[in-house]
Amino acid sequence: MSAPYLEINGLKKTYSLKPILRGIDVVLDQGKCMALLGANGTGKTTLLRILACLTKPEAGTVRIGGLDIGQEVQRIRLLVGFVGHQPNLYDELTVIENLLFFGRMYAVKKAYEQAVTLLEQVGLARRSSERVGTLSRGQQQRLSLARALLHSPRLLLLDEPDAGLDDEGIELLEELIRERAEQGGTTLFTTHNFERAVKFSDQICMLSGGRVVYQQVTTGLEAGGVRLAYLEALR
Amino acid sequence: MTFLLQVQAILWKDIRCELRSRQTWISMGLFALLVLVIFNFAFDLRVDNKAAIAPGALWVAFVFASLLGLGRTIASEREKGSMDRLMLCPVDRKAIYLAKLLGNMLFIAVVEVVALPVFAVLFNVPLISGELLPIVLLGTLGIATIGTLFSAIAAATQARELLLPILVFPLIVPVVIGAVRATGALMVSSVNEPPWLGLMVAFDVIFLSVSMLMFEYVIEE
Repeated sequence: MSAPYLEINGLKKTYSLKPILRGIDVVLDQGKCMALLGANGTGKTTLLRILACLTKPEAGTVRIGGLDIGQEVQRIRLLVGFVGHQPNLYDELTVIENLLFFGRMYAVKKAYEQAVTLLEQVGLARRSSERVGTLSRGQQQRLSLARALLHSPRLLLLDEPDAGLDDEGIELLEELIRERAEQGGTTLFTTHNFERAVKFSDQICMLSGGRVVYQQVTTGLEAGGVRLAYLEALR
Repeated sequence: MTFLLQVQAILWKDIRCELRSRQTWISMGLFALLVLVIFNFAFDLRVDNKAAIAPGALWVAFVFASLLGLGRTIASEREKGSMDRLMLCPVDRKAIYLAKLLGNMLFIAVVEVVALPVFAVLFNVPLISGELLPIVLLGTLGIATIGTLFSAIAAATQARELLLPILVFPLIVPVVIGAVRATGALMVSSVNEPPWLGLMVAFDVIFLSVSMLMFEYVIEE
């Protein structure tokens, strides 16, 4: 049995006096992939932002790779890769310049070689010298994925990564998640697509009103069953 | 070493983005030139008036043009969401501040290099000399130090264009007064003039230290 890589206990967060997370408890083992489901405004993005050290929690503890998020922020940042539902790249820089900039930020050794390999993986090698502003939304999302993988993070956080991706892009995403799992990488992603959640992940976690209302391993689970459980949880 | 490399990388990125988008430099430069031309026609520039009017006109042009650029420093990154991606990186927040400050100083310096000869010609003052350099440098550093910090605060609000001048103007008053008086002293020497350069150095050191320490708390959510 693998050791837990991500441990969240009693996590709470409030925005403008409105509670967004009301005590989240989640454990995810190394090399596993978890799909986070829930309606809009249930706290999925907030949870990912806390794990990415972009937002501070008000209560509760988070441990990533055995490190406490409250005390070892910079070390955790090295372990985490994050892809948001918006690519958030530098439009004026070229594809390769974007990756090299972040390579320097993470002090990646052989950043150029790593960037070229990733661009080939995400199908953007031929566009490496073009400005990001000229790429389509789907291509930018692929580049965003390459950027998140550049420093070989142990925990990959994907916030609706399928947004803007075509079928080919989604296949690529699936392949990357599978490859990562084989290499011992842990992944947590949010989605609104039940089929994708069941297909990609080892575990499913549903949020409603800032609480975990359903948690299940996906082995033998079907999308229809997840949908029913989701509707049941919302009642 | 990593700290300096990160500062250099962020600065390089900001300069390259600005060179390609040309959003800030052109508007700042045009604004500074416009102010100098208007002031030149608005004021009576007889010889005895020049020392009183010209330095003020010069620094008004620099301050207002600077604010145009300072407002964009962090706001444009926030708008595009790229600031979040920068904040994800294991980068010392002081490195981000320092890079943004140096970028702002460079943008303002470019405007000053263009505006100073125009000012010298329009106001007919032999102002471009080695003595002016430390005054412009210290004045620019003071404005950029405060402006960079408060552009991070203003960028997180809805009314950033309104908020930035309200926050920045009162704080930069000492350094702007120092710069205006020191520039005026180059034109007409006067006795018992306070040590304006010393005041500007003290201002810059204090606010640079405070801003470096505060930036982390300002920029983190």
